[in-house]
Amino acid sequence: MADATRQACIVGVGETPYTRWGRMAERGEWSLACEAVLNAVADAGLAIEQIDGLASFSDDATVPWLMQHALGLPRLGFASMVWGGGGSGACGAVAHAAAAVEAGQAQFVAVFRSLCQRPGHRYGQAGGFGGLPHLNFMAPFGMFSPPIMIAPLVQRYVHEFNAKPEHFGEVALVCRDNAQRNPRAVMRGRPLTMADYLNSRIIASPLRLFDCCQENDGACALIVTTMERARDLRKKPVRILAAAQGGNPGWGDGALGSHNMPIAEYGAGNGKALAIRLFERAGVTPADVDAVQIYDHFTGLVLMTLENFGFCGRGEAGPFVADGNIRWPDGRLPLNTSGGHLSEAYIHGLNLVVEGARQLRGESTSQVRDAEICLVTAGASASPFSAALLGV
Amino acid sequence: MAYLPDEVPGPRPTADDNVFWDYCQRRELRFQRCAACGRFRHPPAPVCPQCRSLESEWVRAPETGVVFSFTIVHHPAHPAVSAVTPYNVVIVDFPECDHARLVSNLVDAPAEEIGIGMPVVLVWETAGNGRVVPRFKKKGD
Repeated sequence: MADATRQACIVGVGETPYTRWGRMAERGEWSLACEAVLNAVADAGLAIEQIDGLASFSDDATVPWLMQHALGLPRLGFASMVWGGGGSGACGAVAHAAAAVEAGQAQFVAVFRSLCQRPGHRYGQAGGFGGLPHLNFMAPFGMFSPPIMIAPLVQRYVHEFNAKPEHFGEVALVCRDNAQRNPRAVMRGRPLTMADYLNSRIIASPLRLFDCCQENDGACALIVTTMERARDLRKKPVRILAAAQGGNPGWGDGALGSHNMPIAEYGAGNGKALAIRLFERAGVTPADVDAVQIYDHFTGLVLMTLENFGFCGRGEAGPFVADGNIRWPDGRLPLNTSGGHLSEAYIHGLNLVVEGARQLRGESTSQVRDAEICLVTAGASASPFSAALLGV
Repeated sequence: MAYLPDEVPGPRPTADDNVFWDYCQRRELRFQRCAACGRFRHPPAPVCPQCRSLESEWVRAPETGVVFSFTIVHHPAHPAVSAVTPYNVVIVDFPECDHARLVSNLVDAPAEEIGIGMPVVLVWETAGNGRVVPRFKKKGD
């Protein structure tokens, strides 16, 4: 960045309570979105009137004019929606917000995501992804929901690298353990043992129940501005060193479609090209990263993402996690320190960005000592997916 | 009786994929191939991603494919399958067609017999909406 004062940063984070799916359906997504944005604005020490940009993803139902109307935004001048189902666009929305403030399109952008998973719109059930363009090549054969779409990738990964159930289980246990310290986590108070994990029912082989993230209601938000504007605000700004969307050539509809992605990438999860570009832009390497928030819709994709982003070699993530590397507080690379989607809540990746910012402010409930750089990834297995490197 | 119940949604062809499904209706499995450079592509698409030609042809696929990956589904994510879990979903690869792959089912294989690399043979079944869909059976049956 030529001019450091114009570099984008996160200056406020906020959320609603998170619940099991359906618990806040009567309140609705609009109301949750507003509460999350107001909390993020208060956290930043801003007035709501200063918000002049909105960014979201995954076809969030709370369209900009609803927010402008409810929040009384007098100067809304930027509104961005990142294409893509699931959470593949969470860091993409952050990237759009960063680009907007760095280019002067807006001064303070609220990035938000709000979810109420009603019957008929649950991500774990048929219909939650009703708009997929290639549904004709999936649904007639019983491929209805994300676990069924992702299971063949993980099966292939197991076949190629002899990954063990305990490797996937370690990811589930680490997230659940971190959730025990986080009052926001839906799974707080419900610790998990490896025996619990191994005995949990098969959803779609090789995926067990605890390999799959939760379905939740809730919303979260963060406020993006420039370092120059951050000077007078309440909280230490968290710099967006790089935020980007990306996908490998030929990925196409990938796992959420007809499974025609390139063979070498099939059990890898579509992250290599994005990882290389992200680290280059940020001017850091995987060795510089102190903590990671890896999109954990399914444990298997966490292993693949650790490999794609260069924390271990291809096929080595199982032994890497089994060696304690992702455990808080003593592991080399504490992972999903809020509990992640598996155990905090599934807010489509944006709550992982919120936790990344809290880590770098020193406010995490599983704080990594002297954390200076945190990687956040969003939605491996879709294209484009997205990631961000945050720093202080 | 088909491998999955009639209540499972059948294909509803669109402008983008109706040629594929119309061939299926005639019990012909054909993949789209670029008329200029000869590269297969699936799902159907208007342009060749290799040479960008707009011209394509529809070429008969071999009767035999290979299980590239699979899952055994235990949790019914759609009410139509609640009585038939566990059922399999297989990804069938056609190496001769530039590795074009179909999401499908193996109609005659118990879960414990299904494995990556297993050769399978095309069979046709009819979905509840009358659309003919490609499924597979173990080779040698």
